[in-house]
Amino acid sequence: MLRVSDLSKHYKTGDEALRGVSFEVPAGQVVALIGPSGSGKSTLIRCINRLVKPTSGRVELNGTDITRLGRGGLRRARRHMGMIFQEYALVERLTVMENVLSGRLGYVSFWRSFFRRFPRRDVDKAFALLERVGLSDQVDKRASALSGGQRQRVGIARALEQDPELLLVDEPTASLDPKTARQIMRLITEVCRERDLPAIISLHDVPLAKMFADRIIGLRAGEIVFDGAPKALTDAKLTDIYGEEDWTQIHDGEDAEQAGAHGLSEAHAKEERMAGLK
Amino acid sequence: MTTAAATRWKRPPLIRNPWLRWGLYLGGIVYLIAALSTLDVNWQRVLAGLSQGWRFVEGFFSPDFVTRSADIWKGMEESLTMTLTSTIVGCLISIPIGLGAARNIAPLPVYAVCRAIIAVSRAFQEIIVAILFVAMFGFGPFAGFLTLSFATIGFMAKLLAEDIEDIDEAQAEAIRATGANWWQVINFGIQPQVMPRLIGLSLYRLDINFRESAVIGIVGAGGIGATLNTAMSRYEYETAGAILIMIIVIVLIAEYVSSHLRKWVQ
Repeated sequence: MLRVSDLSKHYKTGDEALRGVSFEVPAGQVVALIGPSGSGKSTLIRCINRLVKPTSGRVELNGTDITRLGRGGLRRARRHMGMIFQEYALVERLTVMENVLSGRLGYVSFWRSFFRRFPRRDVDKAFALLERVGLSDQVDKRASALSGGQRQRVGIARALEQDPELLLVDEPTASLDPKTARQIMRLITEVCRERDLPAIISLHDVPLAKMFADRIIGLRAGEIVFDGAPKALTDAKLTDIYGEEDWTQIHDGEDAEQAGAHGLSEAHAKEERMAGLK
Repeated sequence: MTTAAATRWKRPPLIRNPWLRWGLYLGGIVYLIAALSTLDVNWQRVLAGLSQGWRFVEGFFSPDFVTRSADIWKGMEESLTMTLTSTIVGCLISIPIGLGAARNIAPLPVYAVCRAIIAVSRAFQEIIVAILFVAMFGFGPFAGFLTLSFATIGFMAKLLAEDIEDIDEAQAEAIRATGANWWQVINFGIQPQVMPRLIGLSLYRLDINFRESAVIGIVGAGGIGATLNTAMSRYEYETAGAILIMIIVIVLIAEYVSSHLRKWVQ
């Protein structure tokens, strides 16, 4: 179970990306995170595994407070959180298998991983996962040789290879066509159900969120303005989240406009990169 | 209210003020003329030198590989040994320094030290370094080997560091998110992204080191440069021509082979 309490993040630029965000996610629940660009979705997801360091507040995963961990403790905690990215973030020049096995890096020594001699059960698991996501015949291809949908499947397999207790998913469908987007969302929610795995999925596409999530959290300017079942997400609530707009189209099952938004703004991402490596 | 749409457009000049702009152009031309007029060319000497130069060109067209063949082969062997060993040693040392000099993966103190090493290595031209090492270790290829290794470190580490700074951070971030440690992030998230360029640069540096080995020989650091220098000072332009032709051929071969290898690693 994940408990986020009073989480805030202020960037050095003065932007308040998150302001006192609190929520809990029980095992097996798939939560969609929606909100306009810049509302703090990516920052929230990255604060949970501390790719972005929160300014204040607590993030507890099964009793461990992630925000207080030292370097080694943080690495051990990250092993339990699988992450799936907007633009797949596969290592392009590594093979599909190496990308999936990289999910085990937190568990094996440097030399084992350097010589790619992963334990037998890790390799078996990777084969099983590649079969699950339908890529058994692409094992030795380079990630760069795959299509967008296939790459995101590898991303899912990599996250599951970690044996995660939580999935963090940042705009998994933003670079995919509508059909592939649905297939990927279906796959993610299916594997979560199979494993009783909780997931937090940030999405731009409101109909997709309503279709697949058990619960929706709406962010606006770093604050939670909606938290409830997909059915409770009415036009008035959407206006709360996104501002005034004609929402009738959404309920006819048509796609919302897919904004080509990037997770973190360039400046913020840079600031975190510098901080994360010291 | 909007003004009427403009119908004529000119690219705004870099310097707005026309007086300043034209003043700078004029000043530049005046300076160029003034500078050229201070050059004091001794045309008599140039005429005498032309015949000397022509003898050199003639030597080039009637190369003599035979008379000094033993010296030439010894020089070539030394140069090639120097080139290969210094490239390998230099590249190996440059990898940790390059990692340390990449701002996105190294902490500030390490970054500062590594950048300083690169700056020192790049500040001194090979010939100056060679003179120093010849003074320290005596004439011969060992001084040449040290010089080229030293120069390789600055070159490779700088370009490697810049390549690391240009990587796709998302790939490294994804590896970090799995709980990988620093070395694993380097090995899985960064190395695959920089490897093709690292190999390409090493081959390019091999090429440069061979050409440099011919130059530093002139100041006593062994190799084919020493042989070339001796031939020149004995006015044996036929032998010098032969050596230059061999250098050209070897550089051509290196160029051809390395471009193929680079294509292959891509």
